[in-house]
Amino acid sequence: MSTLTILFACMFYAATAIMVLGLGYKIYDYARTPAPLKIPTTPAPTTTTGVAFRLFREVVFFESLFKATKWTWIFGYVFHGALALVLLRHVRYFQEPIWTIVALVQPFGLYAAFGMVIGLGGLWARRFLVDRVRYISTLSDHLMLALLLAIGLSGMGMKFVAHTDIVSVKNFMQGLMTFNIQPMPEDPILLVHLTLVACLMTIFPISKLLHIPGLFFSPSRNQADNPREHRYVSAWAAKLEQK
Amino acid sequence: MAAPKFEIPTLKEVSEVPRVQEGAMAHVQSFVAAAPIQQAIGFPGELVENWEQKAIEKMGDLLGKYRSFKVYLDACVHCGACTDKCHYFLGTGDPNNMPVARQELVRKVYRRHFTFAGKYFPKLVGAVDLTKDVLDKWYTYYNQCSECRRCSVFCPYGIDTAEITMAAKEILDSIGYGQKYTNEIVGKVQRIGNNLGLPGPALEDTLEGLEEDIEADTGVKVRLPLDQKGAEVLLVTPSADFFSEPHVESLIGYAKVFHAAGVSWTLSSHASEAGNFGLFIGNYETMRNIALRIREAALELGVKRIIVGECGHAWRVAYSFWNTLAGIGAGANDPFAVELQQQLDPRYPAPQHICEFTYDLLKRGVIKVDKSANDHRVITYHDSCNVARASRMGDMPGGQFVIPREVIKMVANNFQDMEADTIHESTFCCGGGGGLLTDDLMELRVKGALPRMEALKRVVDGQQVNFMATICAICKAQFSKVLPYYGFDMGMVGGVHQLVSTAIQLEQKE
Repeated sequence: MSTLTILFACMFYAATAIMVLGLGYKIYDYARTPAPLKIPTTPAPTTTTGVAFRLFREVVFFESLFKATKWTWIFGYVFHGALALVLLRHVRYFQEPIWTIVALVQPFGLYAAFGMVIGLGGLWARRFLVDRVRYISTLSDHLMLALLLAIGLSGMGMKFVAHTDIVSVKNFMQGLMTFNIQPMPEDPILLVHLTLVACLMTIFPISKLLHIPGLFFSPSRNQADNPREHRYVSAWAAKLEQK
Repeated sequence: MAAPKFEIPTLKEVSEVPRVQEGAMAHVQSFVAAAPIQQAIGFPGELVENWEQKAIEKMGDLLGKYRSFKVYLDACVHCGACTDKCHYFLGTGDPNNMPVARQELVRKVYRRHFTFAGKYFPKLVGAVDLTKDVLDKWYTYYNQCSECRRCSVFCPYGIDTAEITMAAKEILDSIGYGQKYTNEIVGKVQRIGNNLGLPGPALEDTLEGLEEDIEADTGVKVRLPLDQKGAEVLLVTPSADFFSEPHVESLIGYAKVFHAAGVSWTLSSHASEAGNFGLFIGNYETMRNIALRIREAALELGVKRIIVGECGHAWRVAYSFWNTLAGIGAGANDPFAVELQQQLDPRYPAPQHICEFTYDLLKRGVIKVDKSANDHRVITYHDSCNVARASRMGDMPGGQFVIPREVIKMVANNFQDMEADTIHESTFCCGGGGGLLTDDLMELRVKGALPRMEALKRVVDGQQVNFMATICAICKAQFSKVLPYYGFDMGMVGGVHQLVSTAIQLEQKE
């Protein structure tokens, strides 16, 4: 087994552990922190089913962003939609046999890569062109876009420029999953692609990627509007009543 | 109106988003609370010695108590959706008045002290230490946020800057750096029972005077009872209703509605204030203490229903928080809340908004009106931010938009809405909410009113609107003061129940 293989195997185990544990901790932390007051942004659904539907619309359609700014919505939506297809397409590296949906999505996932790049390009352009967005952009905002763009472009490179040995890649990935490590193909673009992905996984729990769990824990979105009908008191606030 | 020391924005045909002008509002600083004001409500009198450490400790404490604060500090991706949504940014161009940038003032310090990235790579993620300069910026710009929640409507994660502002004010208060205007009022309501510091006997006099005025005006004896045990309804209304113009016109309107409907009611000298400035400083215990006065009054007077007058943030606290804070509502199973909830009549929502009450009476034809009495008015309706985005009326989401408009349409013939992106959940704050209704922030208030003034101008020019109704004491006071800066008559603003008062038909009752 080559040093490279061992290095990448370790890297992916570490990145996965950091992502899963880090994100798990964040979700636990959000869940244990009380929301002492009812603060849904109204008009809000009055039932739990309604709340689920509101969150569904936020996740699937980016409803609030659509109300806010059409350009950001278009680029953001294209990017996230394309990313979803691309991720789904990549599931084939982790299973055998593959699900029908994963098989079906292959051709779409392929072109979605362009969507990803275009979306990211648009989002990045806003950080330079719109003075307000330029003002709030930090170095990490730019680096995050650079990272995602580099992942997209390196991935496309392996499909459209210099093919990589995807059978070996699949062997390597499945080996990782079964703790039976297989050789890692020594293709430079692939190495870049996977290193960047591991970076992304590592920074997940410590960066603005926390917007994903954040949305589900956002009290202004996930609370039902029923304060007159149900009394709602958090544990620390209830203690005030015992004084 | 004294000559302003600042430039008044011009009203444009088509509203524009201004260019970023760094530091444009850095000079506008609300007066800092003096030691007696701070100490009266349990905060340190002046900036404590180890304020940096204390502030970070307080931040940690709040991060453990408020999920909103914690999640909102993590979730922002700097997408920019909120950057052109705040009326204070639209009116001033100061980038720190963009919701995201306002949040960043706290978020940068949060990152530095509470996140891995900020502890080890501060430059990369823009994390900073809490220096005196940063603290002063907090004071300046968190006292330029009216907590109106407009940004939260448009944020893809629902980040509500108001939550961050409240946390920041809570931290500032806890280290002895509070705002004079709000904290002075919080002290008054706790000491005397209302924000104006109006003692019981003065209130009684005022109400008697109003009864005489109504009788002189209509020939009908309409009562404004105070501390009347056994009344059906306890009315809790902002104390501005007792003698500010145009507020008092709505108070007269409520009295006439109760009279015409034959429902017995009372005001309370102990709870002579609906407004709860505890909300503005984000302090749960303060907010709770103020809300408990309403509970105490309701228990003392033995009322069956609690109705809230025209006030925006008061209605937010009443509708959204009273059940939590003081057990005023329904659905409780703890002895504290059950005590009051068993006393209240379960057929009516508790608390109920005066507009819900009047709407029901109008719909059922219990009260009679002459709509033509309002024919000299072409009316538009300004949705107050806290009613629109932090509460509800009626059974269905959005009832807070429908019911006040329906009441207006049932008592008047001429109604015109302003543009769709300036009303309902997209409504603009009047510019004076959240504890900013003070003369030391006049420049901010005038400039922050710009988006509403532009929308108003378009219906004034296009549809001959000459009256803007609203159901918030702060909106009424703010517009009365600010309208003249933009060339409008200050008398253009008034309450929904002012219109009801004009149209209602009264009969002499025994």
